[in-house]
Parts: sequence; C-alpha cells; structure tokens
Amino acid sequence: MARITLDDLAHSYDRHPRGDADYALKPMTLTWRDGGAYALLGSSGCGKTTLLNIISGLVRPSRGRVLFGDRDVTNLPTAARDIAQVFQFPVVYDTMTVRQNLAFPLKNRGVPEAEIARRVAGVAAMIGMEETLDRRARGLTADAKQKISLGRGMVRHDVNAILFDEPLTVIDPHMKWELRTQLKSLHREFGHTMIYVTHDQTEALTFADEVVVMSEGRVVQAGTPQSLFDRPEHTFVGYFIGSPGMNLLDAQVDGATARVAGAAVPLAAPYRLNAGRVQIGIRPDAARLSGGGDGIPFRLERVEDVGHHRILRGRVGDQPFNVVQGEGAPIPADADRVTLDPARIGVFVDDWRVEPQERAA
Amino acid sequence: MEKPVNNRAWFLVLPVLVLVAFSAVIPLMTVVNYSVQDTFGNNEFFWNGIGWFKDVLESDRVHAALGRQLLFSGIILAIEIPLGIFIALNMPKRGFWASLCLVLMALPLLIPWNVVGTIWQVFGRVDIGLLGHTLAALGFDYNYVNDPIDAWATIIVMDVWHWTSLVALLCYAGLQSIPDAYYQAARIDQASRWGVFRFIELPKMSGVLLIAVLLRFMDSFMIYTEPFVVTGGGPGNATTFLSIDLVKMAIGQFDLGPAAAFSLIYFLVILLISWVFYTVMTAQREVP
Amino acid sequence: MTLELQGVTKDVAGQTWIHPTDLTLAPGSMNVLLGPTLAGKTSLMRLMAGLDRPTAGRVLWQGRDVTGQRVQDRKVAMVYQQFINYPSMTVYDNIASPLRLQRVPRAQIDARVRRTAEMMRLTPLLHRRPLELSGGQQQRTALARALVKDAGLVLLDEPLANLDYKLREELRAEIPRIFAASGAIFVYATTEPDEALLLGGNTATLWEGRVTQFGPTPEVYRTPRDATTARVFSDPPMNFAMVPVRNGTGSLAGQTWPAGDLPDGDYRAGFRAPHLSIDQTPGTIPLQVEVDGTEITGAETYVHVIHDATRWVALVPGVRRLERGTALTLWLDPAHVFLFADGGRLARAAPYAAAAATAAVSAAATAADTAAA
Repeated sequence: MARITLDDLAHSYDRHPRGDADYALKPMTLTWRDGGAYALLGSSGCGKTTLLNIISGLVRPSRGRVLFGDRDVTNLPTAARDIAQVFQFPVVYDTMTVRQNLAFPLKNRGVPEAEIARRVAGVAAMIGMEETLDRRARGLTADAKQKISLGRGMVRHDVNAILFDEPLTVIDPHMKWELRTQLKSLHREFGHTMIYVTHDQTEALTFADEVVVMSEGRVVQAGTPQSLFDRPEHTFVGYFIGSPGMNLLDAQVDGATARVAGAAVPLAAPYRLNAGRVQIGIRPDAARLSGGGDGIPFRLERVEDVGHHRILRGRVGDQPFNVVQGEGAPIPADADRVTLDPARIGVFVDDWRVEPQERAA
Repeated sequence: MEKPVNNRAWFLVLPVLVLVAFSAVIPLMTVVNYSVQDTFGNNEFFWNGIGWFKDVLESDRVHAALGRQLLFSGIILAIEIPLGIFIALNMPKRGFWASLCLVLMALPLLIPWNVVGTIWQVFGRVDIGLLGHTLAALGFDYNYVNDPIDAWATIIVMDVWHWTSLVALLCYAGLQSIPDAYYQAARIDQASRWGVFRFIELPKMSGVLLIAVLLRFMDSFMIYTEPFVVTGGGPGNATTFLSIDLVKMAIGQFDLGPAAAFSLIYFLVILLISWVFYTVMTAQREVP
Repeated sequence: MTLELQGVTKDVAGQTWIHPTDLTLAPGSMNVLLGPTLAGKTSLMRLMAGLDRPTAGRVLWQGRDVTGQRVQDRKVAMVYQQFINYPSMTVYDNIASPLRLQRVPRAQIDARVRRTAEMMRLTPLLHRRPLELSGGQQQRTALARALVKDAGLVLLDEPLANLDYKLREELRAEIPRIFAASGAIFVYATTEPDEALLLGGNTATLWEGRVTQFGPTPEVYRTPRDATTARVFSDPPMNFAMVPVRNGTGSLAGQTWPAGDLPDGDYRAGFRAPHLSIDQTPGTIPLQVEVDGTEITGAETYVHVIHDATRWVALVPGVRRLERGTALTLWLDPAHVFLFADGGRLARAAPYAAAAATAAVSAAATAADTAAA
C-alpha cells in the first residue's frame, strides 16, 4: 500500500500539443494518502479515464511524474506497479472456476499452494462467494463477475491501490446498492487505497472520503463531499453536485450587497471583486419562496413532487431557478419572490469562487 | 427477448426449398437409385440391394484411399490450425500494416483451385520450377512425380499455402473482438504470455476456431482439384484421395453402381465426422 | 385518443409473463411503468405497441379493437435504452426518415423535422452524424425521430438508463415539457422511483408480471394499496417492522400510538427512509438501533442501521459520519407509518399522506395559475 502523488502531471494525445486545448489532461499536482478512498467525478470526456489509465500505467503521461510512496513509477509497466483494477465491464477468465479466477494472480506470482488456498478462502468470504467457488465463471451474473474482478485484486497482499473504472455500469439498480455498501465495508476493514472513477455523484460521494471533480481535463476541485456541496470552488462543481444543481444568477456585487434582476440581495460579508462575469450561487434548498415583500422576483413554472421533497422550477428574469422544499411545507398562493440565505450564497467571478474581503485578507 | 411467432414466414422459405430440392435432393436420389441397382448396358437395370455397399465397404482399395484421406486431413489440421492462430496472434492490430496484412492474407484465397494446382505443379518441377530447381541445386533429391513422400509434401505445403490464411483471418476476427480491458487485467494479474493465450485469447476464439476446424476438415476431406492437377493421384496411388478414387471409379471405369454407393458412404462419413467435431467442441464450450 | 387493455395476458413457453391486466390510458397522459428489471415493463410495452400478440385479452385504441394488428399499421413510436439511430445519416435525415417512409410530401417533411428539432434543441446539430454527438444528443435524436411521426402512442423503454447522471437529470426535467407539447399518450418505463416522481402523471407499479396499482403518481407513492407497491415505489427500500395493534393502539419497541379503529391483530408497519429522523421532533417515538454504516450523498446521508436483526435505512439531512456499531436513537412520527395486514393489503394509510395530497393539489393549482399568468 502506498501514498500516491501526481506531480505536475499533464497529458496530451497529440505528439506536439500546441495550446491548452490539445491537452486531455491539464497540469495537476495532487497527493492521495495511503489507505484513502478517492473518487474521480465528471461527465464523459472530462479526462477522468485518462487520469486513471496514467495511474494504472496504460498511458504514459506527456509530462510530470507519478509516485507510489517515494518510488517514481511513471515509466513502469502496469504489471510492475502492483495495482488492481475493476473495469466497467466485468473481466473474468471464462473457462476457469471462481476459485481458479481468484487464485490466478497468486499462482502467477509463485505463491505456495497452501497459502493460495487460505487466501482464496478468505477473499471468497469477503465478497460473499463461498457457495459458488467451484462454479464456472462464464454463467455468472454481472454483479457476481464484478465481485470476482474485485476479489482478484483483494487476494494479493502487495496491492498499492485498487482502481475502479465505473464498476457499477452494468449492475442492476437494486444490486448497485448492495455492491456499493459491500465495497465501503471492505475499504473500512482492509484499508486499501481505492480510486473510483464515475459520472454518478451519488456513487462518488457515498464511496469517497475525498472527491476530485474534473471538467474539461482540469481538476476543478478536490475535497470532502461536504465541502463540494457547501463551498464549491467552481460553478461546474456547484452545477454537477446536487440534484438539481446550484442556482447561478448573474449579479453586480457592491460590498456586502448583490444586485440581481433589479433586487438587492444581502451577502454575509463584503466583497471586493476584479473585473469579469460575476455570478452568485445558491443551493435550491437554501432559497425560500414567498409572496410579495422582499426578495428577488421569481416566476414559478412547475412543481415536481419528488416524495420527501418538492422541486419548484421557475425563472428569475430569464435565468432558470429551482427551489427545493420539504414534503409538508406549504407553497404560498401568491408566490412571486425568492429570498436567499445570506450565509449560503457563494460569489463567483469567471466561474471561480471568490472569498469575501476579511477572510481573503 | 422473445419474438412474435408468425407461421406465414414459412411461405417465404418455400422457393428456396423448391430450388434446393431440384439442385440437391433430386441428383442425390439419382445416386441412391444407382447405388441399389446393377446394369449390363442397354439401359436395363435390375435390383442389387445393398450389394454395392457391401463391396465398397469391404474393398481394400477404398480402405486405402480412406486411410490416406484421414491422414491428409489430420496433417492439414495439425499444421493449419496452430499456424493460423500463430499468424493471427502476430498480425498488427490496427493501422496501415494491419490492412496490408489482411490484403496479403486474402490473396491465396482468391485464386481458383485449379490455378493453385497448376502454379504448384510448375513451381515444383525440377527442370523449370523455381522450387524444384532450387531444391535440386541445393542437392536435395526432390521429385514429386516419382517419390511418394515428395508428392505428399508438395500437396501438403500447397494446401497450407492456400488455406492457412482462412484460419488466420477467422482467428484474427475473433481476437479483434476481445476488449482491451482483458489484456490489461491479465497484465495486472501478471499472467504469462501463455496464460493470456490459454485463458483469454483461446476461449474468446473458440467460436471462430470451431468454424475454422469444420471448414478446413470438410474441405480437405473432399479435396480433389489440386492434387489431381499436381500429381493426378500418383505416383502409383500414393496421393489418390477419396474423391480422386471416386472419380476414377465412376468415370474411368464406369462402375456406376459401386461409385454411387461409394459417394453415399463418403457423404455419410463427412456428415458423421463433422457432427462429432461440432458436438464435441460445442459441448466443451457449454460446460456450466 | 385512448389506449385500453382489457384482460391482456401473455404466456411464453408455459410461463406467465403478464398476468391479466386492465389498464386505461387517458388521451394526452403521461404514464410511468415502474418496476424492477424483469417485472414485465418491456413485455407490457410490446403488447401495447402491437409488437407481440397477447395470449388472451384485447387491446383497444380509440375504442377500436387493434389486437393483433401489425405494428406498422398503428401509429406507434418507441424509444429504447440503446440510442438507435442510422449512423450514416445526418441528424436531419434521421429525424426525417419515418416521414419519408410514410411518403409525406417533401415540404411538409422539412417543416416537421425543423419543428421537432427545435423542440428537442437539436437545431444547431442537424447536419452532424450521430457518432459525432454526445450520448444525450444521440438519445434526443432518437426521441425526435419518435416524436416527428405524430404518433398517438409514444413508448419509452428506460430511455435515459445509458446516459451520464447529470444528463439524465436534465433530460428528465425536459421530457414533461416535450410531452406537454406533443399531446400524445406517453408510456415511460423505469426502474427508479425518483424518475417516476419527477415525471409525474400516472404511475403503474409492476411486480412479477402484475400491475399492482395504477393512479396519479403522488397518490400511488403516498397511498400504496399493498406492501408490494410500497416496496417497488421506495428507494432506498422501505423499512418494515411487525406491529401489534390492541384496542386501537399500535406499539413498536415499547412505544404506543393511536392506530385509528383497526381491528386487533398483528400488522406489518412500513415507513420510508426520509421519515426516520436523528433529531427528536414533537409527536415522534424513539427507536433504539445500531449503526451499520453511512453513505453521504452531498446534502444528505444514508444511515444504515439494524433494529432487532432487521436492516433499516434512514435518510437524514446534512453530513453525518457515524461509526459502525454505534448505538443510536432514531425518531419516527407515527403519522408516517403505513400498516399492512396479512397478505400485504394496506390496512391503514399513513395519516400524513392525506395532508400531503391536499398540499400537492393546491401547489399544482398555484403553479398552473402562475404559469397561466
């Protein structure tokens, strides 16, 4: 097991990249602690798979270094990196039994038979497949095969990290729940460093201690699920995390007041901003609907009853704006205003979060 | 997914059935007809029961031809299947060289059988053929016209040259369908090259391999044109395979009855062996 | 335009895939088929479309019997989970293809393609080919092809299942708008309760080839007719516990509450994850549980707990990290408890449901008013 460091890492599939746009992965420096659970989150084409392939050794970065502990593994082939990987589609050796599948990595490393048998039994118990050990892998369901792939990684004691590449894609919804819970408890018990690539925020946030959000080849924020939700560093994070995502409104900010669609919105602290596009962001559950009085003019268009809460979709000026409120909360009959909780308003200039004055000082 | 059942669909197949009946079943029936009758000319036929079948089954000549045939098919499969797999494994996966390889591999398959025979007939001649002449110049005592071993070697090399590409192309298609993740997983598991072949490539190729084995077996078991052109079945009867023997019997000696019985038995043997191959290989694939 | 199924049944190879089903889909309605994989959603859709012939029963379209009629002769459009487009055609030609097959005049084709493309926000992409599009755009193209036909019946079989999470969320919000603009009967199959709720309209819950309930979506959600429906319509799964009722009083873990005028007996209590709370509020009863694990979704946390050897899930607001094995008190408002009798039939609806239903009606009215204004 090892700490993983990405040192000024960047990658371009072009041999001679000219500009920023040619980089599939823009320069980044990150450190992942030994035994942590991390997620790479982003929509398709954001570079998360490229990053994973660099860590696993499938792709050699055009720039920078990858360190496992203090060892530079940038130029090492996959086999020499001592990692395990679970792929999007289950990879099992069809002609082997479950037992042979689990034993395969140990056999190849020349581990003695007795030791293999002991460890295979242990892993089978972990992934709950003791009953099926002697079945051919070919006929098993997708989730069982995924468990075997995982087991083949866990059976080794020398793994530096276990990588997951959207491992729940082909799993039935009700099995996803179970597999996710099982992964979580395996991590808790055995403390492998785990890196999990996904486009699904629920999977990322429930799995990881720290989530790395990527957009267009760039790491826009790395943080705990809570910090991503409460204090997104970039408007993309605000939009991508939470459903519906953060509301963003064009604004003029002057000191501790923002002006939005002609209305004044109090902020928690004064800001001094540089030139650029200024937006304020607010989570849908931090906005309240009211009739008349203070607040920003709001036009309610549609109410969606989502069970334990309701999504009120509408517009502020011509910008979409959503409010989320609890199951029992009433909707005022003449609702035409929203008021925002000042403590939960974020200010963004050119998509990046800006800190208020005193905190920045 | 279950499909809606529509019995009217059978009518669409009807024209093909009629066509097959005329082109295959009726000639086959003629053969069956000949095989149970004898004639002394004048278009007079009389019933001979299973007499011809008995004769053919007991004939040393047919036994010998069958032995040669089995040996030939066995050697062909033993060479072409592994060689085809080996070539497929070593072909470039993508890019210009992959396309070039594919085109080169396809070339022998496009040449008509009798032309292949003619090419090798000339190629192997000691006086003017490049192969024969070179071998002779190197001091080998090579002559496929006189020496049975040389004749066999020539025919086998010719068949390998002609047909290995087919096996290679089929295997190549099978290999192309293996997702990269499998190779990557094998690397992570530190599988040896042999392990990758044995546990990933071979299982994933088994479907096309089954087709390749069947095609090559049936085709080699019925081989006629090429050896006929190159050696004419000689020297002596050394390269007289079943089909050559059959033609000699039917056309050369005009023994229509035995020839008809022979061809029916020949047909059944091919059917039987192909069926055995198929069942054994699919059963192996479907063991739970 | 109404679609009616009368006693429709489907047997395949001696197995019943669809038990006798009666269903009436109103003109211009959105209907969700909700159920786990293999519950019979696709089979039912194929019967509606006329792709399969029912073993028994009749399918009526606008009052006319269309059972066994060829699907080509019915005005039906279907969209599948996989994005099915013609790869060699541009988006424009893809959308135009069903009209060309119907031999619609050229000028009319152009107008209809452009109108549909505008509705699906595909106008800037009309000259691209499907492989140059993102998954969401490809699926929007497939949807456009289904809508351009002006089919009276549009069947969507888990159309968003293969899309990225965020795209799914966006298209999910868009589909009701598209649906309202088209006026056709929509049938939408999904495995996810949240998706059904977001789409609104009516929901039919399916379980092992049976429609267990059909009605307005929030109503089915809040007053499930039986335990099976409640289970199908809960994600995470509904929590269950055995509750004895004596003299009109229910009791769970030593706590009691009035259970209306239910006859004495043992009932199965069901309550959903968001109704288990970590904080005490007035009227709630305490339940002692042991924490099995937590999952954080950003704004909320799933707390997996064990109560009396039964697994429950609570969905609580905020980020909570609780160690496994911790003893915890969860609070439950009896107003949120459904009671199911023997055999799973609903014996007493959760009292809150009636209130929530009224609130929802007034909310819808408010929204309609504001939208009209």
